[in-house]
Amino acid sequence: MSPRYIARNSNIAARLLGDEMIVMSARDSTLFTLNPLATEIWQAADGRTPLAEIVETRICPKFEVEPAAAYQDAEAFVEQLASHGILLVSDQPIEPA
Amino acid sequence: MSSLLDQVAAKALALGVPLSVQLDLTWRCNLRCLHCYLEHDGGAELPAGAFAEILDQLAGAGALFLVLSGGEVLLRQDFFEILEHARARLFSVKLKTNGTLLGASEARRLRALAVQQVDISIYSHRREVHDGVTRMPGSLERSLAAVRELRSQGVSVRLVDVLMRQNVSDYQGVQALAAELGAAFVVDPTVTPKLNGDRSVTALRIGGSTLARIFRDPSVVGHVGEFCAPPPPPDEAVLNEYPCSAGHTACYISPCGDLYPCVQFPLPCGNLRRQTFAEIWRGSPALTQVRAIRSRDLPVCRQCANLSRCSRCPGLACLEGDLLGPSTLDCEKAHARTSIPPSLAASR
Repeated sequence: MSPRYIARNSNIAARLLGDEMIVMSARDSTLFTLNPLATEIWQAADGRTPLAEIVETRICPKFEVEPAAAYQDAEAFVEQLASHGILLVSDQPIEPA
Repeated sequence: MSSLLDQVAAKALALGVPLSVQLDLTWRCNLRCLHCYLEHDGGAELPAGAFAEILDQLAGAGALFLVLSGGEVLLRQDFFEILEHARARLFSVKLKTNGTLLGASEARRLRALAVQQVDISIYSHRREVHDGVTRMPGSLERSLAAVRELRSQGVSVRLVDVLMRQNVSDYQGVQALAAELGAAFVVDPTVTPKLNGDRSVTALRIGGSTLARIFRDPSVVGHVGEFCAPPPPPDEAVLNEYPCSAGHTACYISPCGDLYPCVQFPLPCGNLRRQTFAEIWRGSPALTQVRAIRSRDLPVCRQCANLSRCSRCPGLACLEGDLLGPSTLDCEKAHARTSIPPSLAASR
């Protein structure tokens, strides 16, 4: 399986509110609130760190979840945000815009 | 069921976060609209660097929704520098402009910067009426050209129609224009006194019977039966509510850095050249005073059956001389909406 890289789209609006990230899509103004786990992934989405590494180093230790299940949840989350243009996904590192 | 935005607002309220901020970059304007509440001449303006610092502080305080307004924002040569900084800090930006200085290149830049929405004031579909309000010949043509440029770039546009005696009969024409241009449309019957206290502009306000007719137009209010239904008597939950978000999750910053609870709420809270945003937001006695007020503390309004349908503006009440009193404009609006007169409402 090739690594997956994720990066935040620069066209969104976002702010941390308490322990949740509020994200607004520029494309359709849809508003999302990310739970603490999703917020952790979001904050780690630098375009250079593979998703699997994010899950292994930031999600599993902090939220005490099994790597396989955590990766599956993370992939679903990433797909959902990518479909709204909020996250960029690639099998290559993503350069900053 | 509350919307996600309602839930976010409730969380911001609980955390004391200024979720929404209006930032006026200038009070200068190239139009001289009949109803404008601003003095356009003179007045200090912060440089772009100072606004950038304020934006950093606002982002740090948790502000997400930013309205950049004026005056006419495009009169500032450094407008895009400020906007770029706001977007780099991931604000959701809405822009208020008259559009007369907005051409193809500005529209492209607004699109590239992912501005959420541009509000452009259109007072009539008829040149003589719109230009009569703005007192600038050719302004309707130029504003509509801006709308077309923005729409061609895919930028969301909303036509804002402030209703006055001069133009109220034309709102359906503006509404049709908005549909033709692919823009949203909203009417606003609020004509506020000038910030210097001059109330003469309020003579432009439309009468209650006209407002009642507009409030029964489903193309404006949606479901008329729901919108105009007499409200249930105020219960404990309603009496414990804050009158509005001003000073709680929203605030206004003037071109010289003065901070107020809202653009319509002339209660000075501090100045951002002398204090940080956090110092004012957390420590201003004026904001503390505003935040202490619940609906039950309003001696007249708490007895009014229209309370839960009323959009009472504490700023307009303040302009009328009593922070805890009614805002008569909102009394009229609530009356037009529910048909329950304020006097009767107050005695029920």
